[in-house]
Amino acid sequence: MIGTWIAAILTLCVFSFLYKDNPFYRFAEHLFVGASAGYLLAVQWQNVLIPNVWTPLTKGHDLVVLIPLALGLMMLARIWEKGSGIARWSIAFYVGIYSGVAIPGYMQAQIFAQLADAAKPWPAGWAAVSSALVFFGFLSVLAYFFFSLPHRGVHGAGARVGIYFLMVAFGASFGYTVMARVSLLIARVQFLLRDWLHILPS
Amino acid sequence: MTWVRRLLAIDRRIIFLLVAAGVILPLLHPLNLPVTVTPRVKAAYEAIDALPSGSKVLISMDFEPDIMAELMPMSVAVLRHCFRKHLQVIAMTLYPAGTGLGERALLQAAKAEGATKNKDYVWLGYKSGFQAVMIGIGENLRGMYPVDFYGTPLDDIPMMRGVNSYRQMAMMVNLSGSSATDYWIQFAQGRFHEPLVVGCTAVMATDYYPYLSSRQILGLIGGMKGAAEYEALIDTIGEARRGMDAQSLVHLIVVALVIVGNGALFLSRRAGDAGGPAAGSMVR
Repeated sequence: MIGTWIAAILTLCVFSFLYKDNPFYRFAEHLFVGASAGYLLAVQWQNVLIPNVWTPLTKGHDLVVLIPLALGLMMLARIWEKGSGIARWSIAFYVGIYSGVAIPGYMQAQIFAQLADAAKPWPAGWAAVSSALVFFGFLSVLAYFFFSLPHRGVHGAGARVGIYFLMVAFGASFGYTVMARVSLLIARVQFLLRDWLHILPS
Repeated sequence: MTWVRRLLAIDRRIIFLLVAAGVILPLLHPLNLPVTVTPRVKAAYEAIDALPSGSKVLISMDFEPDIMAELMPMSVAVLRHCFRKHLQVIAMTLYPAGTGLGERALLQAAKAEGATKNKDYVWLGYKSGFQAVMIGIGENLRGMYPVDFYGTPLDDIPMMRGVNSYRQMAMMVNLSGSSATDYWIQFAQGRFHEPLVVGCTAVMATDYYPYLSSRQILGLIGGMKGAAEYEALIDTIGEARRGMDAQSLVHLIVVALVIVGNGALFLSRRAGDAGGPAAGSMVR
């Protein structure tokens, strides 16, 4: 009950920005930032530091966890100007590990699998039209983003077709974006009308 | 062309009121517009529906309150479908604030379908580190999650006996509003070849069409519309279907405003009106 009222009042405070900037909106904004930071810290403490560092160290006497703990603490050295060099060691370690893990996965999933799909034989019937559109869209957009040659002649024509494919893609994305933003508004209005004012049936 | 100038200088707050009316009126007086099911959502439904009873499904609900409007109804619909098919759900989240939301979706779906904790589903909760968790599950689930969210060791949970990696899971469903989906595709699907179904926000949906074509994902549920389609497929009326009338009406308003705004701007330029639109106008 109290939670619903607090949520409803904060929702109205945020919506008040639609009229113009005001202290109620800023209050809700600052409260959100503070509460989020506090919640995040508590969850990270409970779900990351306790099970991954504290419990293995105190119950399992696993001293290996001190290495990642030290690397993590070294990251915080950036707070002081003189300590930024120490933080770089941790960052270098992180970048090295992350690159090794991410690059093969990225190449396989985003490049090779997509290239294989673009080059596969077209199916029979109307599905071939869809495959042809994807194939020509792929080539023409690549032509548009190839800047080592001037966009003239055949290359220029391909690049211009690529622009149309890009415009269609941006239009589809914009349509979906409108839908997403409206969905957020609908959910808030549903909350206000149903949970707070009890106008809508639950 | 005074009326054109007036139209271009219209106060934005009038548009906000129009949109508010477009949302509130259909919620109060539903129009019951039909929800047509797209092949992408149907593919997601059929992929889950084809799993034999008792199969394990890993569902990662990687979202926070900012996008729960889209992903919460989707999560509940997918979970209800799994429980109705007697699939055993292993649920988790990779977002700190997703802990409460994922648990809420599970409890809501379990209550609706009569599913019970540790028999039909297990809630692993939040774990930090996207890629590390995904790879960790593929190699040793218990190394990542020795206990569930409530502190029960996985070995003590009946449905988790013998489950220690993707190999014992029939499918994975990722419901996300972030780059987490990319990582699930790269690491869980790409590296461990786990069949994957994706549910995402509408903003992200077009980004994942290529993966559908390449069969890296088996189905795609996009935004509130996708969630409404899924609700229609499992024959329930949830939050998403209730919101679709408002969604459709606001879309009509937005389309009308785009046409009117562009038409007015075109007429204004044609009349040689060099003056820019007033502050707070539609074309700002």
